[in-house]
Amino acid sequence: MSTAPDLDIEHVAKLARLALTAEEKATFSAQLGDVLHHIEQLAKVDVTGVEPTAHAFPLVNVWAEDVARSGLSAEAALRNAPVQRDHMVVVPKVVE
Amino acid sequence: MATDLFYKTIAELGCLLETKAISSAELTQAVIARTKAVDGKIKAFNSFDEADALAQAGASDRRRAAGDARGILDGIPIGLKDVISAAGQPLTASSRMLANFVSPYDATVTARLKGAGAVIWGRLNCDEFAMGSSTENSAFGPTANPWDFSRVPGGSSGGSSAALAAGEAIATLGSDTGGSIRQPAALCGVLGLKPTYGLVSRYGLIAFASSLDQIGPLTRTAEDAAIMLGAIAGHDPLDSTSFKTDLPDYRAEATTRRGPWRLGIPKEYFGAGLDPEVNAAVEQAIAFYRGHGCEIKEVSLPHTQYCLDTYYIIATAEASSNLARYDGIRYGHRSKDATDALDIYFKSRAEGFGAEVKRRIILGTYVLSSGYYDAFYLRAQKVRTLIRQDFLNAYKEVDALLTPTSPMPAFKIGEKSDPLALYLCDIYTIGVNLAGLPALSVPCGFTGGGLPIGLQLIGRPFDEANLLAMAHTYEQAHGWSRRCPVL
Repeated sequence: MSTAPDLDIEHVAKLARLALTAEEKATFSAQLGDVLHHIEQLAKVDVTGVEPTAHAFPLVNVWAEDVARSGLSAEAALRNAPVQRDHMVVVPKVVE
Repeated sequence: MATDLFYKTIAELGCLLETKAISSAELTQAVIARTKAVDGKIKAFNSFDEADALAQAGASDRRRAAGDARGILDGIPIGLKDVISAAGQPLTASSRMLANFVSPYDATVTARLKGAGAVIWGRLNCDEFAMGSSTENSAFGPTANPWDFSRVPGGSSGGSSAALAAGEAIATLGSDTGGSIRQPAALCGVLGLKPTYGLVSRYGLIAFASSLDQIGPLTRTAEDAAIMLGAIAGHDPLDSTSFKTDLPDYRAEATTRRGPWRLGIPKEYFGAGLDPEVNAAVEQAIAFYRGHGCEIKEVSLPHTQYCLDTYYIIATAEASSNLARYDGIRYGHRSKDATDALDIYFKSRAEGFGAEVKRRIILGTYVLSSGYYDAFYLRAQKVRTLIRQDFLNAYKEVDALLTPTSPMPAFKIGEKSDPLALYLCDIYTIGVNLAGLPALSVPCGFTGGGLPIGLQLIGRPFDEANLLAMAHTYEQAHGWSRRCPVL
């Protein structure tokens, strides 16, 4: 197994909002080092003048008529909320 | 035995229902009884709702008695991979993150199957968030291959392929981002179809990699796949990547077109790493098509060696973005130990996601992060263009490509612990997703040890009718799809 020198797992895990244990950091660094080492071969491909493909078929903006239609009720929309009160999702205080 | 109701095809059962030789209630009872008898060994289901299925079957029988039957699918039990929404039913993605989630609405494919009268039956196991090739990444434990319980059913739609092979459903739906319908179909000895990107709506499918994901059917025969595709395909205003195109009568085309076709054999798909028994079975299938009058031509897809890397950059980048929504706030798992909002994000995600999902989120976040975007993500998108051009160039000379589906038959549960080794299971299927093409896997034989082998047919965009006709033609001369595992 190799370790990718560029992969700062602390930084990337922070960007991903993902708490990792020390063991996970060590394991993932090694495993992803192997994957990144494999991926390095893409640098060999000549992509001069090649347009990127985001989707297999060129779709531009899709427009729809602005027609009102009924959606989920508050009860249905909140059915899966971890904590709720009075048709609202309860979260910890975010402003002082 | 193929004489059991639960091992019959949609086409056969449709006739039996139409002539009232059987009722949907009888058929659904048979499938439920079979599931209860064998799923302790297979573990294809995350959950099922017996009362709900029987209520749907009763409604189907009442429609038929009133002369209002809706067609061939009316009363047929169809299983759904647990990433496809069915209103009022659990939707877990085989993740602790969604262990208690209940779908508020139907996916478009579910609504269309219900509209056709199908009995929506059960939630089928898969790799967590459809990330994997063996169904070992499920938070609820692995599914066993019905042909050998010590082996994987493939993945990520392993519950969908195993349930079908074990007679626990008449057909199932899976989703395919890099081979997740075709590879488990090959490893379980059933047919799996990944439609052209945009042919089947993704509305109500839990997103993994949005530019690659497609829903498709797993069935016993090409005719059944054509029936299922006819029911679920077509434009949907709720999916902005859904394509407006005229649809043929897939069943009629699949069962009447006889070719001969010009078939390309991509030389890059027959190199090192291909199991010799798989190679031999595919060579025999090539000989069959030659004997049928097809022109067989070697072709080259020169960027094949870059498919795996391109795929793992694009798929993980899109996954890291799609899975950002699981933050513990509005739905899904919320950590009990969190002290503030940011802490909820970090801890809920740490507790809710399994190892492979975390690995892919980290990789995807990395390749999109400042300083690496151009070197990885943008470059991968450009290589994706070259990969797609390879296929389109090949189609100037041939109508379809013929390859193995998986480089190896079903492997042992726990055998592949290294992520990279598992990623290599997908080398013959991921190019199809990057190029947005339709492809199917049809059973083409068994190894000496009795494990199924799959043949992959890759078509032009929106040419599913020809692929299904090619598979149907092959099935008519071979009995592979009629073999059932001993359970």
